[in-house]
Amino acid sequence: MTDVALVELTVNGERHDLVIPPRRTLADVLRHDLGLTGTHVGCEHGICGACTVLVDGAPARACLIFAVQVENSAIRTVESLSGPDGELSDLQSCFAEHHGLQCGFCTPGFLMLAEGHLAESPDATREEIREVVASNLCRCTGYQTIVDAVEDCAGRRRAALRARLDGVSA
Amino acid sequence: MAEPGLRTDGTWVGASVPRREDPRLLTGRGRFVDDITLPRMLHAAFVRSTEAHARVLSVDLSQVREVPGVVAAFDAADLALGDITALLDRPTEEFTPTSMPVLARDKVRYAGEPLAVVLATDPYAAEDGVEAALVELDPLDPVVTEAAALAAAGPPVHDEAPGNVLVDVSLFATEGIDDVFDTAHTVVGVEARTGRQNALPLETRGVVAEWDDRAGQLVVRTCTQVPHQVRTVLARCAGLDEGRVRVVVPDMGGGFGQKCVVGREEIAAAAAATRLRRPVKWIEDRREALTASFLAREQHYTARAAFTAEGEILALESDVVCDMGAYSCYPFTAGIEPLMASAEMPGVYRVPAYRVRGRAVTTNKAPTAPYRGVSRPQYVMVMERLMERAARELGLDPLDVRRRNLITEFPYRGVNAITYDPGSYRESLDLCEQVLREEGWLGRTLDDGRVLGVGYSCFSERTGYGSGAFAARKMQVVPGFDLSQITMDLDGTVTVTTGTLSHGQSHETTFAQIVADRLGLPYDKVTIVQGDTDRITYGWGSFASRSVTVGGSAAAAAALKLGDQLRALAAHLGEVDLDSTALDGRGGVRAGDRTFTYPELADVAYLRAHLLPKDVGPGLTATASFDVGGDGTFSNATHGCVVALDPGTGGVEILRYVCVEDCGVAIHPRVVEGQARGGIAQGIAGALFEQVVYDEAGQPLAPSFMEYKVPTAAEIPDVRIEHLETPCAFTADGAKGAGEGGTIGAPAAVLNAVNDALRHTGVELDSTPVARSTIFQALREVPA
Repeated sequence: MTDVALVELTVNGERHDLVIPPRRTLADVLRHDLGLTGTHVGCEHGICGACTVLVDGAPARACLIFAVQVENSAIRTVESLSGPDGELSDLQSCFAEHHGLQCGFCTPGFLMLAEGHLAESPDATREEIREVVASNLCRCTGYQTIVDAVEDCAGRRRAALRARLDGVSA
Repeated sequence: MAEPGLRTDGTWVGASVPRREDPRLLTGRGRFVDDITLPRMLHAAFVRSTEAHARVLSVDLSQVREVPGVVAAFDAADLALGDITALLDRPTEEFTPTSMPVLARDKVRYAGEPLAVVLATDPYAAEDGVEAALVELDPLDPVVTEAAALAAAGPPVHDEAPGNVLVDVSLFATEGIDDVFDTAHTVVGVEARTGRQNALPLETRGVVAEWDDRAGQLVVRTCTQVPHQVRTVLARCAGLDEGRVRVVVPDMGGGFGQKCVVGREEIAAAAAATRLRRPVKWIEDRREALTASFLAREQHYTARAAFTAEGEILALESDVVCDMGAYSCYPFTAGIEPLMASAEMPGVYRVPAYRVRGRAVTTNKAPTAPYRGVSRPQYVMVMERLMERAARELGLDPLDVRRRNLITEFPYRGVNAITYDPGSYRESLDLCEQVLREEGWLGRTLDDGRVLGVGYSCFSERTGYGSGAFAARKMQVVPGFDLSQITMDLDGTVTVTTGTLSHGQSHETTFAQIVADRLGLPYDKVTIVQGDTDRITYGWGSFASRSVTVGGSAAAAAALKLGDQLRALAAHLGEVDLDSTALDGRGGVRAGDRTFTYPELADVAYLRAHLLPKDVGPGLTATASFDVGGDGTFSNATHGCVVALDPGTGGVEILRYVCVEDCGVAIHPRVVEGQARGGIAQGIAGALFEQVVYDEAGQPLAPSFMEYKVPTAAEIPDVRIEHLETPCAFTADGAKGAGEGGTIGAPAAVLNAVNDALRHTGVELDSTPVARSTIFQALREVPA
């Protein structure tokens, strides 16, 4: 257990060289070795989804992954969503506008889950979004406003895309 | 341009302004307790009992100390801490005092009880250390069920309570109640059990403690709803002066009551930090949270009610037994559930005669704490089942039976010696039924083989208990008042302390709205300080829907006092009478024909004190307290639930949920709706899904989310919310509490809807959770 591994991780576009025990989870490495504490840990057995991050664009449970497993992947955490000056992304703004968070502990997981899903399925219906939101646990909101926020963001992104396409064709 | 979210009349209260908590929480820049890292910090893990009930023969930590990374390991004898003891001022026949040791000594009383703490350089090594502990236990017969507790055949959980009963009260017993039952047209009964639940904040419990040599203080950062109470207990257990302990609450990932009692692990971690002079972090893992934390809700009701032929209730009798697990919690004691149920069960109905016995039994299961709603989800469910059963027996419409009995004249003095302030009990029921009718749910059938059921629940909840109300429960530690200090800075902005504590409820926003209106400031010029025992004189924290009613009113009172100071100063500077001054609502004070802005006044108060009146000291600060007099204020609601029940599988899907709520004036309507929706989700969880199950040996059978089913967006429906507004006469802005109502109403509405869907089968279910298997089994047993 004193064995250590040299691990090279790419997180939010930045490269990190780490010397860590192989049993260290990605969630612990992100939070405690890299100081990216936005990713939260709620159950450590892959059910609650508070630790959801994007691994090569796909939502994944950082508590179920050893950091040594994702050396050659691009990892994104909640810290990557807002602008450099802290300006909220469209998805984050939708969560605020719809009161999609209360205590905020599950929120980074839901944001990364939604970010990954909307990139893959920009045309997701409300029912599909509800099904995806059912991947994670929230104890405060009753989920409705989280679904509202993600649906609103999907609509805004589609409208923006249409506007861009209309601009191109005009 | 208008301020964002400011109401057209220029006030902040009542506007759903952007939450001030959101930006940091959305960007991952909040600071929860596990986000805190201190230099040379150690990580704690606990050696826990593997038996539910056993004598401790030995705890050998010698091999633990050999594990790489482990720095120290302590058992109860090593730390020599005082016990945690919560008391009621009740005679011995009503209350048996027991204590909870910080670490178990001679005996363990539940599987998961902490026996020793291991400190290591990282949490992985701490877990390795726990594995190396050698604990010798001599098992005793465990007391696992209420029946076993009351039978008291084997060794008792606590020697002080040979009958395993910690609280036993018989209350009210209206004269002549037996005659009423004997002569009534109809008497209906309900026997109901409710499953043991976990409040389940998504952030588990945790602490980072360090001895600060410069301050001479033990600084404890912990996610608690009651920081001052943690300070008191920690100081007592560790033998420190209160001033030597500072409890600071970082961002907090929910509590729901589980964090409004003082836990043992934070005290052990703090003691270890003191001993080792190194910071110590303990973060509860989910397995510990599900098995060894504070649980709630396991109750057994045997109730009956007498009715006239027209459906008028004549009498109510109830026997309530609450399985409180192994220990009494601080500060509420094991009386928290039975005393709440006994005091308030008649609820929203005009019950002329009442008799109740409430008991707390102790068992070899993890202890209990108050959980959102505290007994009210249970007794409301029983009351609403009694109403439904009476309607069936009498051939009446169940809503008409309720209407006949609802309290409609206020203030109403109940048979339970509580005075109810005005509410909209009847109106909320009428509106809820109207909404479901207009949406086309009533009388509807499904064409997919499933049966539709509609259920209601009517209830009120006392919010903002004052010290008088808690004193009536005979708690030795009596919560109630709250205290705020407000200070205006040189730039005219203000900072307000509150003894309440937001952990998702948005107080940084709503309290700022309350204060902003009193001083005519934008709400972002008001900073709220909460959760720090060094910065707040004293506080009771947040529980029992008390924050806005009590804490908000104290903050408002402090702001008004500061306003008076500003007017007095303006009167002096403007050389006019006090009566000729007024706050101008725009951050200034009119004094005769002059106006002084707040920065101008603050400039004098701080930088040009020679201009102050002779009898006025420098600075601008005021302190005020608030306590709810009398019996508090009651929020109310009616919930309506529509389910589709599949007779082939027993599956229940909630198709529609309507909540008509009245919490007086909503400071921030969207926050109120969020509280209602989240509360309803937790109520549905208790009605259909969640249960902490133990085997006959007292081993917990639901140690992970694989076994403890927390509902997701797939099970929780969208909720339509309608607001009614009956302002409270004595709180700031007329607000009533809004934190618990959703959870209180949902189990009854869901259970009644399930029973409505079963109405043609003869099956009636009165206990929760009503799992799919329960319904399936009940339907199989129906004679063909």
